[in-house]
Amino acid sequence: MSDSNAPPPPPLVDIRDADFAYGARSILKGISLSVPRGKLVAIMGGSGCGKTTLLRLIGGQLKASRGSVHVDGQDVGALEKDDLYALRRKMGMLFQFGALFTDMTVFDNVAFQLREHTGLPEDMIRDLVLMKLNAVGLRGAAGMYPSELSGGMGRRVALARAIALDPMLMMYDEPFAGLDPISLAVVGQTIRRLNDALGITSIVVTHDVLESMQIVDYMYFISDGRIVGHGTPVEIRASSEPFIKQFVHAELDGPVPFHYPSRPYAADLGFNGGASS
Amino acid sequence: MIEAVSLLGRRAIAAFVRAGRRARFLAQVLMHTGASLKRPRLTLREIYFSGVMSLVIIMVSGMFVGMVLGLQGFETLQKYGAQEQMGVLAALSLVRELGPVVSALLFASRAGSAITAEIGLMKTTEQLKAMDMMAIDPIARVVAPRFWAGVISMPLLAALFSAAGIFGAFVVAKILIGIDGGVFWGNMQAAVDVRYDVLNGVVKSVVFGVAIATIATFEGFDADPTAEGVSAATTRTVVTSALSVLALDLVLTGFMLRTPH
Repeated sequence: MSDSNAPPPPPLVDIRDADFAYGARSILKGISLSVPRGKLVAIMGGSGCGKTTLLRLIGGQLKASRGSVHVDGQDVGALEKDDLYALRRKMGMLFQFGALFTDMTVFDNVAFQLREHTGLPEDMIRDLVLMKLNAVGLRGAAGMYPSELSGGMGRRVALARAIALDPMLMMYDEPFAGLDPISLAVVGQTIRRLNDALGITSIVVTHDVLESMQIVDYMYFISDGRIVGHGTPVEIRASSEPFIKQFVHAELDGPVPFHYPSRPYAADLGFNGGASS
Repeated sequence: MIEAVSLLGRRAIAAFVRAGRRARFLAQVLMHTGASLKRPRLTLREIYFSGVMSLVIIMVSGMFVGMVLGLQGFETLQKYGAQEQMGVLAALSLVRELGPVVSALLFASRAGSAITAEIGLMKTTEQLKAMDMMAIDPIARVVAPRFWAGVISMPLLAALFSAAGIFGAFVVAKILIGIDGGVFWGNMQAAVDVRYDVLNGVVKSVVFGVAIATIATFEGFDADPTAEGVSAATTRTVVTSALSVLALDLVLTGFMLRTPH
C-alpha cells in the first residue's frame, strides 16, 4: 500500500485519530485518513458502520469528540459559524436521497445556491444552470419538479445542484443506492468525469464495491468504526485481509457474521429444555 | 402512587424544558430577521400561503359566528327591551374577544399545522440539512419568512373575521329581526372605542400571531424526521397553539380590563 506522506501538496482532507460517539454509543474510533487533492477516494463499509458520520464530520455538521478534522488546512471542528459557512461554500454534498427542494423545479433547485450566494444577474444564472444540467445530461428536464423524476434522474439533478458553485471538494453519500444498473453506471461515470474535468477532489461513501472499483483512485474500508484496510483498487482486489476479502467477494460469513448476536438457536426454539445461557 | 407523582414531575420538567427551547428558538429566529427584511418577497410568498389561503375559512367562520351572535344577542337583549343595542353587542364581542381568539384558533389549525408539516417534511427529506451544507441557514431562509408571515397575517385575519362577523350580525338584525340599519350602525359607532376596544383586540391578535408562528415553526424544526414524528409534531402545533392562545387571552384580558376607560 502506498504511503502518501510525500512532501509538497498537503491533502485537502486530513483526519487524524478522530473519535465520534452519539451519547454512549461509540460510532467512530480513532479514524485517520487523508484525501489528496484532485483524487477520487471511496470510503466503504457495511450499513451502519459510521461512513455517513464521517462525511458529517468533514462537512462540520458534527464535531469529533477527539482528534482533528482538517479541510483545506482549516480545523473544521474549531470553526465559528461564519467561517464554517465560508468553507462550506467550497464544498458540495450529494445526499443519499437527493434532498432536492420539492417545492422548486429542477432549474430552481440548481439555481438555488447561485441566487443565494452570488449577486449574478438572472440571465447569467440561467446560462450557468443550463451548463450544470447539461453536464449531468438533464438540460431537458429543467422545467420538471422533483416528484416527476426517476431515482437516477433525481440523483443527477442533486449532483448538478451540488456542483453549482464549482466546489473544491465533493462528498457523495451513497450515490449508488437504489439505482438500476444503467443509472448506476451513468452516475458513477458522471462522478469520475466531474472530478477530472473540474479538478474537484471527491469522497464517495458507499457499499457498492464493484462500481467503486471502476471509478475511484483509492479506497478505505471501515468496519465497526475503525479503518480496517486501504489501498488502490488493484491492491484491494489482491488483498488477503479477511474483512476486505469478505466484503469484496460478498461472502456470507466471515469477520462480519451473518447472524446478529443471539441466544443459541436450539434454546430459542425451546429444545434442550431451554437450558442455555 | 410515588410513581405517578414522579411521572407527573418528569412531564412537568419536560414541558418546561420544551418551553425554554421554544423561547431560545424564537430568539434565534428574531436574530435572523435581517435576512427576511432584505428579501421581502420570501415573506410575501409565505403570507400568500398562510394568510391569503386562510381567507375563506376565516371569513365564512366570521359570518357564522356573527349571525349566531345576532340571534343569541337578540334573544337576551329583547328581555330588557334593548334590542337596538345588538350592533354594540356584536361589535364589542367580536372586536375584543371572538375576532382575535377564534381566528387565532382557526389560523393555528389551518396555517400553523401546514407550516409544521412542511418544515417537518423538509427536515425528514434532509432538505434542511442540504441547505445548511450549502452554507444557507435554514432558520434565516425557511423559518424566519414563515414566522413573520404568521405574525403579519394574524391581525389582518382577525380584523377580517370581526368585519365579516359584524356583517353577519347585521344581516340577521336587518333581515331576520327587522332592526333598523341606522340604529344598528349608529349605536355601534357610539359605543365602540378605537383605542380601548379595537386596538386592544389588535394587540391580542399580534400576540397570538407570535405565539402560533413560534409554535408552528419550532415544532416543524424540532420534529422527529419520520412519518410519525411529523404527524405528532403537527398535532402538538394545533394543541399547544390552542391552549396558548386561550391562556394568553385570559392574561391579556386581565391586563386590558384594568386600564381605566
